[in-house]
Amino acid sequence: MLGEGIIKGLAETARNFVGSYVEADRLTTVQYPEERLPTKEAARNFPFLVFDGNDAHAGMRCVACQICEKECPPQCIYIEKSKDKKPDYVGKPQFYPKIFDIDVSVCMSCQICVEVCPFEAIKMDTEFELSNTDRFAGLLFDKHQLAKSNEYYRKIHPAEAAAVDGRLAAEKAKAEAKTKADVEAKAKAAAAAAKTAAPPPPKPAPIPTT
Amino acid sequence: MSEGVIDHDLAAGVSPVSPVPQPDGSGQPTYTLTHKTSPAGGTEGDLLEVAMGPQHPSTHGVFRMDVALDGERVVKLKPVFGYLHRNHEKIAEGTTYLGSMPYTDRLDYFCSLTNNWAYALAVEKLAGLQPPERAEYIRVITAELTRLQNHTCLIGFLLQDMGASGTPLMYAFREREKILDLFESLTGARMMCNYMRFGGCRCDLPPGWLEQAKQVVGNYPRFLDEFDRFLSENEILLARTQGVGVLSRGLAVDAGITGPMLRASGVNYDIRKVDKYGIYDRFQFRVPLGEHGDTYDRYMIRLLEMRESLNILQTALRDIPTGPIMDAKAKIRGFRPKPGEAYGRIEAPKGELGFYLISDGGPNPYRYRVRPPSLINLTVLEDMCLGHIVADVVVILGSVDIVLGEADR
Repeated sequence: MLGEGIIKGLAETARNFVGSYVEADRLTTVQYPEERLPTKEAARNFPFLVFDGNDAHAGMRCVACQICEKECPPQCIYIEKSKDKKPDYVGKPQFYPKIFDIDVSVCMSCQICVEVCPFEAIKMDTEFELSNTDRFAGLLFDKHQLAKSNEYYRKIHPAEAAAVDGRLAAEKAKAEAKTKADVEAKAKAAAAAAKTAAPPPPKPAPIPTT
Repeated sequence: MSEGVIDHDLAAGVSPVSPVPQPDGSGQPTYTLTHKTSPAGGTEGDLLEVAMGPQHPSTHGVFRMDVALDGERVVKLKPVFGYLHRNHEKIAEGTTYLGSMPYTDRLDYFCSLTNNWAYALAVEKLAGLQPPERAEYIRVITAELTRLQNHTCLIGFLLQDMGASGTPLMYAFREREKILDLFESLTGARMMCNYMRFGGCRCDLPPGWLEQAKQVVGNYPRFLDEFDRFLSENEILLARTQGVGVLSRGLAVDAGITGPMLRASGVNYDIRKVDKYGIYDRFQFRVPLGEHGDTYDRYMIRLLEMRESLNILQTALRDIPTGPIMDAKAKIRGFRPKPGEAYGRIEAPKGELGFYLISDGGPNPYRYRVRPPSLINLTVLEDMCLGHIVADVVVILGSVDIVLGEADR
């Protein structure tokens, strides 16, 4: 009979319409500004810089090595290295970024900067409500806007942050043990002989691999 | 039922009995031009030239068809590409191998994970990397999920083009949302996944992901059945699609058409079966084939392919082993494959997606070329549209399944 297929199809529409009142599976709309879905653990939007402790400058993990700047496919990162150094989380003097800008209007959220960073300094944010009336300066984030605390990182990516914290703690323990051993060795060498040869300079800490 | 024969029983007993327009089966409905064509190549008399697009809602992006119409009949159609050209290949030759991985997401933005896989496959051939077992399973799972959501959306868009405004597309998007949620919790992004790496995958499955995926896959047949009952027997859909836009077997092969469009014309060619790339030799699935090569067959092929994809998914989700997800030889920074060339191709939801790479030993490819299924499937558009009315052009274009991000690159 002509029209049978249409009637059958309309029965499906009716099933979906009625079903949307009783089944969550059929009504998936979320009234966005009032209702919000929880962000996923892996969600990513734009990068930010992680710092330890309370002081963004003192705790900044970034050492301005500029690897992310080179690897960034759309080249949205601009870094200028500092002239002086500040101690990093193991106490070793390191450069820090004098300027660290990310143009989020260019960034394509690919996360390659996070993958290549050997210092766990840059991570992906989940903040997405970034609308701005100034499309140039308003979307060019500088070092101060990008710096966010490790607590914030733990809040948005708990599992990932715990793994990173574990790795960094292990690094720190290793570095501390090494400095201790170095100090002991130095003392021993100084005590053992009055040779003129200077003790060998301490080897730089190995760059942790990602 | 032997492999390679369309199984219409699967689709609730519907058989696409479409009238073949030509008795000799040669393909195109002939149409005699009743008006003069001027010597300069333009048209005169009552022929009307219409530019459909680039801002036409039916063209699925910025694409233009210059159509010459005699009344409502199409007598000439010229596709015009390039509005979305983004210099993808040249950019990839200037950036590192890893750096162009996120750009491949933007080719066919519906199926970023299959794009990733095709590119990773080409680079892996070039560098001699072998992804571990678990990574191969993850790739199959994500690729089949991508196929599911692509075909679901395609049917929604096709119906939207036919004038069924809203409902089928919204149902399709509701189901797609569930798959995109899976992608988001795995890769961090819903569409621009950037997930696969040379020699494996970027990160392991998060806890609970497999259960969630099993649930989505388990609920999918219900939706497909509903969709089937909802649309496949609808008289309006039959009238609009059967016998419309017939693509003959010979022309499909000659023009290099791949994917569901080729199989709808009755050619048994699926790269998953032909190449057995990855671990596709471990899965049992059939390749649905069409008989008439018309728009209805192309619609039905997608529906049947989704059911086969569900079978693959169920096997893969059951059998996935534990273990590493990256080849131990793979490295992220300082990746320089040896000089040579490689072509990696996969069965993307739209057809054969291939990446051709030449390496000169440097950090970036010397030559990078994409073989996009959308572009090559579009080349037969004129042959399919001649003699049909202009409203059918929209439906035929919808059944080709194009994404302009890939056609124009």
